[in-house]
Amino acid sequence: MAQPVPAPPARPPSGDFPAAELVRRVRAICGDEHVLTHPHDLRTYQSDGLLHYHVVPPVAVLPGDGEQVREVVAVCHELSVPWVARGAGSGLSGGALPIADGVLLVLSRMRRVLEVDLENQRVVVEPGVTNIAVSHAVAPDYFYPPDPSSQIVCSIGGNVAENSGGAHCFKYGFTTNYVTGLEVVLPDGGVVELGGKHLDPPGYDLLGAFVGSEGTLGVATRITLRVVPAPESVKTLVAFFADVRSAGAAVSAIVSAGLVPAAIEMMDALAIHASEQMAHAGWPPEAGAALLVELDGPRAECEARFGELETLCRESESTGVRVARTAAERAVFWKMRKSAFPAAGRISSHYFVQDGVIPRTRLPEVLGRIEELGREYGLRIANVFHAGDGNLHPLVCFDGHRPGEAARAEELSGLILEACLNAGGSITGEHGVGVDKRAYMGKMFTEADLAAFQMLRCAFDPDGLANPGKVMPTPRLCGEVPGPYRVHPLEAAGLADRF
Amino acid sequence: MTGPGGTLAAPGLARPRDSGEVAALLAESRRVAPVGGGTKLAWGAPGDAPDLLLSTEGLGAIVEHNAGDLTVILEAGVTLRGAQEQFAGVGQRLALDPPDGDGRATVGGILATADSGPLRHRYGAVRDLILGVRVALPDGTVARAGSNVIKNVAGYDLAKLMCGALGTLGVICEATLRLHPLPEQSITVWGSATDPGVLARAARLLAGRALELEALDLRWDGPAAGGCLLARAVGRAAASTAGTVAALMGEAGLEVDPVHEDDAELWAEQRARQRALPDGAVVRVSALPADLERVLGACESAVGRAALGLAWVRLDGEDAAGVERLRAALAPAPCVVLDAPEALRRAVDPWGVVEGPELDLLRRVKARFDPTGVCNPGRFAGGI
Repeated sequence: MAQPVPAPPARPPSGDFPAAELVRRVRAICGDEHVLTHPHDLRTYQSDGLLHYHVVPPVAVLPGDGEQVREVVAVCHELSVPWVARGAGSGLSGGALPIADGVLLVLSRMRRVLEVDLENQRVVVEPGVTNIAVSHAVAPDYFYPPDPSSQIVCSIGGNVAENSGGAHCFKYGFTTNYVTGLEVVLPDGGVVELGGKHLDPPGYDLLGAFVGSEGTLGVATRITLRVVPAPESVKTLVAFFADVRSAGAAVSAIVSAGLVPAAIEMMDALAIHASEQMAHAGWPPEAGAALLVELDGPRAECEARFGELETLCRESESTGVRVARTAAERAVFWKMRKSAFPAAGRISSHYFVQDGVIPRTRLPEVLGRIEELGREYGLRIANVFHAGDGNLHPLVCFDGHRPGEAARAEELSGLILEACLNAGGSITGEHGVGVDKRAYMGKMFTEADLAAFQMLRCAFDPDGLANPGKVMPTPRLCGEVPGPYRVHPLEAAGLADRF
Repeated sequence: MTGPGGTLAAPGLARPRDSGEVAALLAESRRVAPVGGGTKLAWGAPGDAPDLLLSTEGLGAIVEHNAGDLTVILEAGVTLRGAQEQFAGVGQRLALDPPDGDGRATVGGILATADSGPLRHRYGAVRDLILGVRVALPDGTVARAGSNVIKNVAGYDLAKLMCGALGTLGVICEATLRLHPLPEQSITVWGSATDPGVLARAARLLAGRALELEALDLRWDGPAAGGCLLARAVGRAAASTAGTVAALMGEAGLEVDPVHEDDAELWAEQRARQRALPDGAVVRVSALPADLERVLGACESAVGRAALGLAWVRLDGEDAAGVERLRAALAPAPCVVLDAPEALRRAVDPWGVVEGPELDLLRRVKARFDPTGVCNPGRFAGGI
């Protein structure tokens, strides 16, 4: 794994942190053993999955249930102390980076599956439950589709905050398409139920607004998820290509033919080389690109379409197609893909991962631009990505011990995001903005767009206590709400008009 | 303005041609009611009389149809039918099929009401298909949220917030939506029963199997006439899937009709029954799949999404007591009066939302986006 590169904290300590009273009160709520104040204990929480940002929080609190979360948040509100919620800490944008003058609310003890209701295809969990545990709770007849690569450790609470995706979202969608209900503790200590097990609750779709809000609107303490029947058949192949461009053409051919694969994942030569060292799949070393394609569904449909898929790959100048004949072979294919990030650590001492998105049809052009940037900067870039979604994960490799190289790699990463935006895409497809991509928000959104985001933020968190310093490019305050419009007495009397 | 779904009158009518003009009108007006095709004017609470009707007919462009990316950018005034004709030309569609008011329903109106049809079963609601939005806000600004690509988590998802908000936070001017390939063939299997319990069990049996049905619907005509389940199989192996469906329906005790390959009429009827008869009312019930038997037992006429727990119940348009009875029988399932004569929407709260922290939060959201109550005041839940 890449080593941390120091970076300045997102927010300097303000110096008036009411440590003593806060600690006394949260201990009374959660118990002494669940409130950490010793720097040695707190260092565990200094970073999330994005190790080059680190801030040691002054206090970490590990509540045991939703009521304790509510009480802790209420105390923070009363003392005007900001807080950051953290699940498993596997996020890749610094979204759970602590703040130097705030509380870190660690939800890892809240890992109960509260209800499995298969008749209604729902599961109710606490936020600390891992993503994979949801699928396990409903196996073998059902599963929970959003599957980030970190699914064995990442928590559902974190998935909700980040609107996590995964390899199977081209067909199945994202976290937001599977959350039907949330119990949310608001930054003022109030509790709201958004949605439930049912669909179409009357009122604004606050559930839709909350999922993916990166912990800045409140903290979810109970989560209701939709699960779906497990497919009857799953068929997986890997097709090799001379280069990324021809693999990209195959993706277009597959999608244009009306196929909706459960997953279409691409790896370039450097990524294959790295993953091979961990997964030992024995893929051809000369392959310029590999396309991992999975179809699932009713058996007859899957069979019919799979033949078509093989033909399309061969017609797109694939240099070889391997079909997974057993579950073990399929697992090896997926291990190649899912070990790409950790495996990058074997070919480079340090790397930055990007998460840009482009329209799928622009793949060849943008990949060409990335290659050109790599040459220009003299840095290697491994590409692994969700090709169906156009979600790129270029891994910019560098040596952090060489002076200036980290800065150049960071600059290069920024130019990759710009290339994505120029192609009509997005700066982040699934990792979130966090602290890492705040600086790029102003390139994707106008001041009016950001002001509209802030309207939502202020409705939930007028005091700016929930995960401050994340998402938005610059700190913003919420003004007072002008009171609801009232008819002026003169107006009512017909003596004046507001126009 | 009079449409099939009611009448809305105002002293002023504006037809802005772009989002900037919409925003300017909002900034200088008192009470604005945005209107599209006028097919759902009778939805929501009657509200305060608007000073200005803001027609989206000047926003009628298909801005960008990116066939290779299966995405489209549409202006709000584009009719769903017109857009679908263009998509069908390249074997695609917007997987959204609410009743379209004889082709008059616009994309903006469908988004603002979060209306849906039988395809909801497989493809989800408008919230699941929308990728980005351009919205004119009451402060006179135009804001964009989301993106034009199928995957994006940058910024708050205001596109979802605008879906179903009935134009009370701002006016949707343009939206980016995800498209899907049109299936090459479809077969509908239909199985009937008079016992609601048998229908409900059959629905659960089908819903629990990964058949990848495009739609799984229910039709109910009261205990004497009974009802039926309709399952639409699509894809290369549609015939095989339809065979499985027919066998499962038989197993569950339904009387299975021969399969229907020419099934468009069947589904048009399902959609039509999500609307009230002349002088009637329709209530949308958000129940759970396990409640299906109870829903059927509480009404004389309904259609619904059998695996999703959603049902549209037809009532007499003057029957305020009937609405209350339905709500009592199906509590805590939300029952929203959608399509009803104004007198009924005055006699009962069409939204049925009770006071509490959730409603407080809705009001806080409204207060931030539309502090002076310009956009459709009084028509939304809780008097918003």
